[in-house]
Amino acid sequence: MTDHIKDRITAIIAEQAMLEPDQISDDSTPADLGIDSLGLVESIFAIEEEFDISIPFNANEPDKSDFDISTMGTIIAAVERLVAQKAA
Amino acid sequence: MNPKKNGKAAKLSDSRPLNGLRRVVITGAGTINALGHDVPTTLAAFREGRCGISQLEFRDVDRLSIQIGAQVHDWRAEDYFNRQQILLYDKFTQFTLLAAKQAVAQSGLNFQGELGLCSGVVLGTAGGGLNTWDENYRAVYEEGKNRVHPFVVPKLMNNAAASHVSMEFGLRGPAFTVATACASSNHAMGLAFQMVRSGAARVMLTGGSEAMLCFGGVKAWEGLRVMSRDACRPFSANRNGMVQGEGAGVFVFEDYDNARARGAEILAEVVGFAMSSDAQDIVMPSAQGAERAITGALHDAGLNPDEVGYINAHGTGTAANDKTECAAVAHVFGHHADRLMMSSTKAMHGHIIGGTGAVELLACIMALRDGVIAPTIGYQEPDPECALDVVPNEAREARVDAVLSNAFAFGGLNAVIALRRI
Repeated sequence: MTDHIKDRITAIIAEQAMLEPDQISDDSTPADLGIDSLGLVESIFAIEEEFDISIPFNANEPDKSDFDISTMGTIIAAVERLVAQKAA
Repeated sequence: MNPKKNGKAAKLSDSRPLNGLRRVVITGAGTINALGHDVPTTLAAFREGRCGISQLEFRDVDRLSIQIGAQVHDWRAEDYFNRQQILLYDKFTQFTLLAAKQAVAQSGLNFQGELGLCSGVVLGTAGGGLNTWDENYRAVYEEGKNRVHPFVVPKLMNNAAASHVSMEFGLRGPAFTVATACASSNHAMGLAFQMVRSGAARVMLTGGSEAMLCFGGVKAWEGLRVMSRDACRPFSANRNGMVQGEGAGVFVFEDYDNARARGAEILAEVVGFAMSSDAQDIVMPSAQGAERAITGALHDAGLNPDEVGYINAHGTGTAANDKTECAAVAHVFGHHADRLMMSSTKAMHGHIIGGTGAVELLACIMALRDGVIAPTIGYQEPDPECALDVVPNEAREARVDAVLSNAFAFGGLNAVIALRRI
């Protein structure tokens, strides 16, 4: 289940970054992947649609958001948490 | 425009500058916005630092994640318009007509006969009749209706307000609408200024209007994730986004000689305008683009940077705009940036999108005429990236001779107007 979520997120980010999924690691930051602020907002929307969840994210204060977007690893962990909350 | 070349020197009046261009003055102003239904109420709110932002009230608001805005309250269209007019006027047109009537009444102008033929209207709006789109999409998509009212198209079109203003007052010259998102009304007023200055029109009604506070209008903005859920705090380190507003501002721009000859009260002189395009990004602003518009307006006005005492900022309260705008102003004005005042009134009336520059021009006129600088309310924490005098939280008395009004829109479209005290 967890790997499945990770694969689906990686696929979304890979498409946004125009990279192959194996070029993306847990340590990759959006900036590393060449994703700008608009690309990030678009990626978050795609993740919301994919998992039917609502992600609390304000582009004006990304650091203050409960949704940590600093790396792929933190994004995956945050989505897993939201998916689990939704299932509960 | 060389008078010797075209042989029209004899027609030039004494007060016309040597460059052959006419001087342009403002002889009427009108508005409706969250702070009030007219200019005096709005200016009183500016002086008091009153906030017009509150919980939004309209259908399906509970389905929005952003539920605050600067909404016009106690708006009863039937107090101003008859049944047939209401069927034909979207809210953005209603707001425009109310503001235009106030402006024309103040100017004392009558457009019958010759004057109407050489006068016009240019207005800004981004969304036009967005409430009409919203209501009728809901009818056909959500409610499954297969018929809409016959006036949907003439009601929603972006030029509806300009056309109704032309009909209301008999303005038979240039009449059109410009849409440059958040800079729409600055672009409109700049074009009106250029038309009166060049002699293409003797009087122009100008400004802009927006009525986007409906479910679809706010839902669309939510998607971009640049909206604040709690407050608009321009230039404050803890700012977290913009807050939408609604309303209209309309002004009478008139040939100075015409205004003087009829003994009109002059509110301010419009002295310069410039526009630029970032040609870079559809949403992220560029300091260089903003700088080129500011320096262009100064140059067009023949103003030295140190003559500018106040700037009404674009100041949306987003992370990106405010630091970019401050960087641009600091760079253009150098040491003088530490002496001039720059405030954003959006924390009071919200971001009125295509009408915002028009409502903000009122703060510029207040600064020049009344010597009162409208504050940036909601200011809580200094931001080193916005280290200018933003007139935090309380209005200030100060004599200023020249002011600028900035507008920097999505799409990278910038428009800056310069006014001078007269």
